[in-house]
Amino acid sequence: MLSSGQLQQLLSGAWITIQVTAYSAVIGTLLALVGGVSSLSGSRALRWFTRVYVELFRGVSAIILLFWIFFTLPQLFGIFLTPLQAGMLALGTNMGAYGSEIARGAIQSIPRGQSEAAIAINLSPFHRLRHVVLPQAIVLMLPPFGNLLIEVMKASALVSLIDLSDLTERAQNLRTLRAAGSLEIFTAVLVIYFLISLSITFGVRALERRFGRGLDVGGGLGGAVK
Amino acid sequence: MTAGAVAQASPATWDWDIAQRMLPDLLRGLSVTLQATLVGITVAMVLGLGLAMARRSSLPVVRWPVIGFIEFVRSTPLLVQLFFLFFVLPDLGIRLSGFTAGVVGLGLHYATYTSEAYRSGIDNVEKGQWEAAVACNLSTRTTWGSVVLPQAIPTVIPALGNYLVAMLKDAPLLSTIAVLELLAVAQGLNSRLFRPLEAFSLAALLFLAVSIPAAILVRYLEKRYGYSRD
Repeated sequence: MLSSGQLQQLLSGAWITIQVTAYSAVIGTLLALVGGVSSLSGSRALRWFTRVYVELFRGVSAIILLFWIFFTLPQLFGIFLTPLQAGMLALGTNMGAYGSEIARGAIQSIPRGQSEAAIAINLSPFHRLRHVVLPQAIVLMLPPFGNLLIEVMKASALVSLIDLSDLTERAQNLRTLRAAGSLEIFTAVLVIYFLISLSITFGVRALERRFGRGLDVGGGLGGAVK
Repeated sequence: MTAGAVAQASPATWDWDIAQRMLPDLLRGLSVTLQATLVGITVAMVLGLGLAMARRSSLPVVRWPVIGFIEFVRSTPLLVQLFFLFFVLPDLGIRLSGFTAGVVGLGLHYATYTSEAYRSGIDNVEKGQWEAAVACNLSTRTTWGSVVLPQAIPTVIPALGNYLVAMLKDAPLLSTIAVLELLAVAQGLNSRLFRPLEAFSLAALLFLAVSIPAAILVRYLEKRYGYSRD
């Protein structure tokens, strides 16, 4: 059995996992919204730029992206990134690329009449987006974003490879110290990850109810993540 | 982790000589990555079908553990699952090579995804087809093998293609369990030559050279066969 001190260590690792996931999700969501809107922009250059970003950051594997950012960026630009910064940059830009496609799909599925009506009542492009299109699109985005967030949480285990003491790193650490049976350690760790994932699922469902209030947009985009 | 090269804080410029020296090794690594992906997706396709069929079992003792397994494996990191297969199983007397543990891990993880795709494919087979099979007194085996699956599987193929691309992106995780695939080779070259710029950039470029065409091909298949993900 794990001692309470060992469980304590795992839980503080889980806290790092949650933080990395949360920071990455903030970066990823912002990039996704910007990417989704700009991939439908009237400017050809902006559309192409977004396309290239999405293809590159979605196409490369998250772990290769992480290593590239952590080991190569410092050499290339002479800047230093902490493991946490490198982790959230890699996971966030990766999530943003997948999320852009989700956001684009959701915005596109809002009936044209909504935008036209907003133009007719003389709303500026910003207010059209902010008050008419996005509130409806966000309801559609939430379910696939929930799946994406779980993928990001799972991918956060990668930061253990650049010496960030998240849940996975603590598990490896306890295992190599032979502090407890490896089966107990890894079972506990998998269960903790499962619980974090369940909380995300329930959290996103609550958000869906909150944002869905007063809107009549059924359906959803489903699992457009993988 | 060999973090030795991180401390080097002066900007570096691209060295073509070094890049050229690294390329053959990296290509060999890439071929291992591709092999692992191909074996892994085969495991995932076979096992996923089994899971999808078991999930429809009328016996709760079969159905519930299968649902639990799928949800659990899907919600936890592949990296930890690989560590489990490679580091924990030997303590229980089961010793797998890195490559075997890797393809089993990739296969198991993605079987939980493919099983969901098969499930929607099977659910989309009309109820009348099942009823007709019963009316013709077909055995369970014939019903599945000759009636349901031949109609369900073609609709699932584009989704399987998506998982193939997704798995390709996860295959470099095998570098953490002693498989000399692309990323492991890049790490090895970096620690020998202290050139992270060339090692990791080339690894990323080689990777993109495979994954972007693969993704485009899958998207084309999706459009061509009118399949929508839901």
